[in-house]
Amino acid sequence: MKLSDIALKNLLRRKGKAVFILVGLMVAVATAVAVISYIEAMTADINHKLEKYGANILVVPRTDHLALNYGGMALGGVSFEMQEIPQEALTRIRHIKNARNIAAVGPVVLGGVTIDGQRVLLAGIDFATRQILKPWWHVLGRFPETGQIVAGSEAARVLGLSPGKAVHVKGAALAVAGILAPTGSQDDQLLFSHLGDAQQLLDKKGTVSMVEVAALCEACPIDDMVAQIGNVLPAARVMGIQQVVKGRLETLTHFRKFSYGVAAVVVLISGLVVLVTLMGSVRERTEEIGIFRAVGFRKQHVMCVVFLETLIVASLAGILGYAVGLLGAQAGLWLLADGHPVAVQVNPLLATEALAMAVGVGMAASAYPALMAARLDPNQALRAL
Amino acid sequence: MSYIVADQLIKTYGKADAAVIALGDVSFSIQTGEFVAIMGESGAGKSTLLSIMGAMNAPTGGRFLVDDIDVYGLKSEQRADFRREFLGFVFQSFHLVPYLSVLENVMLPLVTVKMSRTKKRSKAMEALSWVGLEAKAGRLPNQISGGENERVAVARAIVNDPPILLADEPTGNLDTRNSSAVMKLLQRLNRAGTTIVLVTHSPACAGCAQRLIQMSDGHLCNAVQQAEGAQALQPSA
Repeated sequence: MKLSDIALKNLLRRKGKAVFILVGLMVAVATAVAVISYIEAMTADINHKLEKYGANILVVPRTDHLALNYGGMALGGVSFEMQEIPQEALTRIRHIKNARNIAAVGPVVLGGVTIDGQRVLLAGIDFATRQILKPWWHVLGRFPETGQIVAGSEAARVLGLSPGKAVHVKGAALAVAGILAPTGSQDDQLLFSHLGDAQQLLDKKGTVSMVEVAALCEACPIDDMVAQIGNVLPAARVMGIQQVVKGRLETLTHFRKFSYGVAAVVVLISGLVVLVTLMGSVRERTEEIGIFRAVGFRKQHVMCVVFLETLIVASLAGILGYAVGLLGAQAGLWLLADGHPVAVQVNPLLATEALAMAVGVGMAASAYPALMAARLDPNQALRAL
Repeated sequence: MSYIVADQLIKTYGKADAAVIALGDVSFSIQTGEFVAIMGESGAGKSTLLSIMGAMNAPTGGRFLVDDIDVYGLKSEQRADFRREFLGFVFQSFHLVPYLSVLENVMLPLVTVKMSRTKKRSKAMEALSWVGLEAKAGRLPNQISGGENERVAVARAIVNDPPILLADEPTGNLDTRNSSAVMKLLQRLNRAGTTIVLVTHSPACAGCAQRLIQMSDGHLCNAVQQAEGAQALQPSA
């Protein structure tokens, strides 16, 4: 017979207390796993959606000119009169190492035009990528076909444009298909046409002024994507839109800190429950501990029995807690996913951490009761009937 | 040279005006293989003396030696080792672990000993057969009688082949028949060479010993040497 046999037999005899400690630790582990898994799944989903919500990488021609703003974001040097990016070069973006992380590539050609004596910026874009690169656009009317334009709200007000009206640009008549709802960005002051129309009107056939790229950076850092695109477009300057990236990271960090905080509180409470339960258990076993000491158990042997009991229960709690936590997280996602199903990923590292946490909390909580048991005076213990 | 020596043992509980003298200057010696009974009224200090002899209760003054080892000169953990190697205990209340089987209770002193599981089991079965309970090895303590519980306690006390057996009122909770059976066991052990110290209220049980030590108010009264060959315990009519 070994000390582990004594530990196991005691657990089987005092099933109620063992189950109480098991449930206490399991709830702690399950809560921590559920919260962390839920947050990880949600933030992964949010991150995925955020990264599809507009461009996070800009490609502009290399220039020594000072920075200009576009959409309130720092672009680096842009000059519309500088040598622009060959459109055919853009196909290389789809062949970089992380090409699968690219959600959309949106070439933009920019140039100034005069309408009714008023200088206004005309932007030619690929409307097929609009939903990924400009998902916040809402149009009064409809989006343009070839030979048509949409006007930003401010441009429409200044130029007196409305859907159905025509504007004349360099002798070409362009019908106004729609007016963009105010966006609060520079888009309000621009006119937008199809890329080919703008290239023809601005004499920029085969070139683009800049490229907006929406990259899904969950699987790779944005710096990697920027470097890869830069390698295939050596004549261009490629930049991550830092404010957007950092903003997303901050959101994720706040979520994660919150989830860890909640989990820590629950784990602490669980540890206290284990401590109090074990202290009561040690008091109940005074006579038994006295017998152990009388037959020659050292203090370390007595402590070992208490620790082994906790180790058995805590290990079981860690495994069951992880499973329950995953189920809880998945249930939470089903309830709160708002019609967009998100799946919880089985994470071996989190499983290991859950087990380690259960064992660690259990061992820490049982340290004082084990010491109490070991320090029992065997003479007093045997007389305590 | 005496095997067990109690040299001016004093035990006081409490302090100053509230101090209670449980033992006052007790000295005696016991030879190897002796069977000594200690008798006295309640509160005489018998159990205190036995607990000191059991290396579980440090005296306030004096020394206690076994085989020239100053027991209370040892560190606490060394005294635990001493108890395992030198002593076997038989208590009045049996003190069996309720969730361990009879066999497992007997194996308890062997748990911390480096020995194969098979050998531990073998020694425990041997001790059980000594007390005639090998057939009940798989039972729990609450599934056997009081007399059988006490015999299991004796088996546990001897499983490690201790040279000294300390028995504190082993027949206190037993009827006459079972008391007789337990005392016969102790006599058999003594004949096999075990030094036995028995605390008892029963003159019949004390009569099985070779020597009687009387105590009163924490002091020894006398040490009566029985006739050679201890008196065999007669079953009651």
